[in-house]
Amino acid sequence: MKRLKPTDVVIVGSGFAGLVMAKEIASRTALNVAVLERGPARSLEKYVEEMDEIDILRVGLGQNPAEQTITLRNTNKQTAVPLRLLALFHPGTGTGGASEAWAGFGERFLPEQMVLATHLREKFGAKRIPPDWTIRDWGITYDEFEDYYWRAEEMMGVSGKAGNLNGKLIPGGNIFEGPRKHEFPNPPLTPTYTMGFWYKAALALGYHPYPMPTAIASQNYTNPYGVSRPGCFYSGFCINHGCKTGAKAMPTSVLMPALENEKNFVLRNNSWVRKIVHRDGHAEGVVYMDENGEETMQPADLVVVAAFTPDSVRLLYLSGIGDPYDPNTGDGTLGMNLTHQVNGGGGGMLVFDEPLNLFMTTSSLSYGVSDFDGDLPEDVPEGVLRGGQFTGGAVQDYLPVMSFGRIPPGAAPRNWGSEWKKAAISYWDRIGPGVGMSMDTYPYRQNYMDLDPTYTDKWGDPLLRFTMEYTDYEQRQFAYAARMSAQFTQKIAEVSKAKLISTGPGGNGGGFRHYDGVRYKTTHIQGGAIMGASPDQSALNTWLQHWKTPNLFVVGSNALPQNAAGHPTTTIVALAYRAADGVIDHYLKRPGLIG
Amino acid sequence: MKRREFILFPAKALGGAVLYSLVGELISADAEDRVKVPLRFFTEEEAKIIQAAAARIIPTDECGPGATEAGVVVYIDRQLASGYGTDKYRYTKGPWVEADETIFGYQGRSTPQDTYRAGIGLLGKDFTALSPEEQDRRLEKLERTRFFQMLRDHCVEGLMCDPMHKGNKNMVGWKLIGYPGPQLSYIAEMEAYPGKAYRVAPQSLSQILGHPVKPVEDETKPIL
Repeated sequence: MKRLKPTDVVIVGSGFAGLVMAKEIASRTALNVAVLERGPARSLEKYVEEMDEIDILRVGLGQNPAEQTITLRNTNKQTAVPLRLLALFHPGTGTGGASEAWAGFGERFLPEQMVLATHLREKFGAKRIPPDWTIRDWGITYDEFEDYYWRAEEMMGVSGKAGNLNGKLIPGGNIFEGPRKHEFPNPPLTPTYTMGFWYKAALALGYHPYPMPTAIASQNYTNPYGVSRPGCFYSGFCINHGCKTGAKAMPTSVLMPALENEKNFVLRNNSWVRKIVHRDGHAEGVVYMDENGEETMQPADLVVVAAFTPDSVRLLYLSGIGDPYDPNTGDGTLGMNLTHQVNGGGGGMLVFDEPLNLFMTTSSLSYGVSDFDGDLPEDVPEGVLRGGQFTGGAVQDYLPVMSFGRIPPGAAPRNWGSEWKKAAISYWDRIGPGVGMSMDTYPYRQNYMDLDPTYTDKWGDPLLRFTMEYTDYEQRQFAYAARMSAQFTQKIAEVSKAKLISTGPGGNGGGFRHYDGVRYKTTHIQGGAIMGASPDQSALNTWLQHWKTPNLFVVGSNALPQNAAGHPTTTIVALAYRAADGVIDHYLKRPGLIG
Repeated sequence: MKRREFILFPAKALGGAVLYSLVGELISADAEDRVKVPLRFFTEEEAKIIQAAAARIIPTDECGPGATEAGVVVYIDRQLASGYGTDKYRYTKGPWVEADETIFGYQGRSTPQDTYRAGIGLLGKDFTALSPEEQDRRLEKLERTRFFQMLRDHCVEGLMCDPMHKGNKNMVGWKLIGYPGPQLSYIAEMEAYPGKAYRVAPQSLSQILGHPVKPVEDETKPIL
């Protein structure tokens, strides 16, 4: 095995979490930082040449499942099966990871997310909380976290409008959000034509719509690292694509230009980490396959794991770090609290007479409605404890391959032939965006990650196995979202004069009994190595420091004990800033567990 | 070595020399003004069967051009010859087990190339000689097969893809619906066309960028 010269800090993964850690450590200390990234380098110049659907459809910026996938089973009585295509979420690879191809939604979580276990117990009493939920408090509160949110928003240049500035509610913003100390760094994006109807309908229903915070800059913006980028051009090649102007905050557009000037920073692409080497509760470095396929040891004083959540969790398993979770006894913490965000919809299809120019858009351009997010104003027939967040009004993308042939049910006898072609041409660009609601998604005792006993990746290392199933509670969430979405969609039809055509349950789970590995849901996979206040309840402390290996930090959505209705990226970036402070302000001054 | 296979197209239908210089392969018109497009995966006979089936899935009719004019068969041929065709983007380690495909996805061993070879067998050697109605009946029988669903999706891709993938020739697909191609900015148009059609003559990615763009299927270096 090749053995490299030791470095001070080695970071696994170059997504937002890894590169925020790298940037903070490299610029605030004199330590040498090496980032190991499994995939190739990415660049805005290359993204221009990827304004196309076919290559993105085949593999795009995602991980190639031929190299590594996950296996899935619904219960631990079953034998897991490999997902031969990675359709249900989109793990990224290459510089920037999944944060290159993301949509860009930039909202914060509600304050009670950080103390959810306590909050629900106080509100409902222990009896109404399903007994198999393993919800946890984070161990820190929103107030302690607010400044980290702001640092994330400032770095990414989030566009939006504040609805709660220091406790003062501001109409037009999200008045249900936690208090923020600053207005957003950039004003909201320009709304599309269809968003006007969504907004009007929301107002007509007495809701409080607001421009969704988005990490897509609405104007020229320079972040605190001195990195400048232009405002959005609305070209519509955004989600699943890299942004060719960098208007969408991506590690390559908001962090790499600053990192490239740091002399104590190096990024090594095509470097696949297979193991963290450790002894007696101390990490000694990582072993990886370098760009030539040579097994290489990189010794380091501090190890940061910041890969995509399932990959970070798998690396801990492969390295034998932490106690594997046992769903039967509840012992162990590694792999627990696997969640994958649910969302629901199903109000029907809105067919317009006029053309909508849906291809003029960007991926997270939308309005939000949070009147039902978090605590519900009143009990609902479906019996869910909390509601969800409506997001919509515009489509995320509308490109010709994916959109041609999207027609109302019954508009053609089959999905090919002359009649279908005629309908496909006629309905193209006339079916408006529907209504969907994303919801809190709770961890269960029986849902977890561990290593698969049979299937392996291209190096022969075991794949990660998901054991995951919907319960009656998620079905009630889908039903709730379907009912609420139907009401909203009906109102949009009224204010827009669009024809409403019924389509049945929508969203990522509505109408399906089992959690499946086929249909895309979100890329919001969370848990596996969660944060918390005590080592018997969590793998990490609130600084994302590993309880049993203090010179190891595991940074990413692996740390989130439960899945909030909101999109998680701003929260992940904020957690990375806090972990960086943990390293720089605490750990380096007094190596050991931060107490 | 495999005999080089070609498919013949009327030169006019294919839009002339400019387009073909993009293929990067030698193309010449014969005495009857037909061009020979070199095939990478299909045999000539297979290409004709797929071309005939594609012409029923997206017919040339009173609504305008279809799969034939778009060159869908060449698109499919290029895709099948690429890493996609041999499952370089799919996990193919065993053990292979049977499982509910609605939960776990396709678990069979067939690559897209295998699926097409088998599907062409199901269409039959006589497929090109059948009447359009007879062809439809044969396709209807296959509607639920993996092959048909793949072919149907590939026809849409071949009609609506960027022309660099050798489908959507002359941007006939984009012209059918009024898609303008991969424009770099809609800042002005967003506000100028609320609820009004923005329909301009489309431009391909290489036209917009002013230089040729190489799609993944033309990459020569191995994917894995």
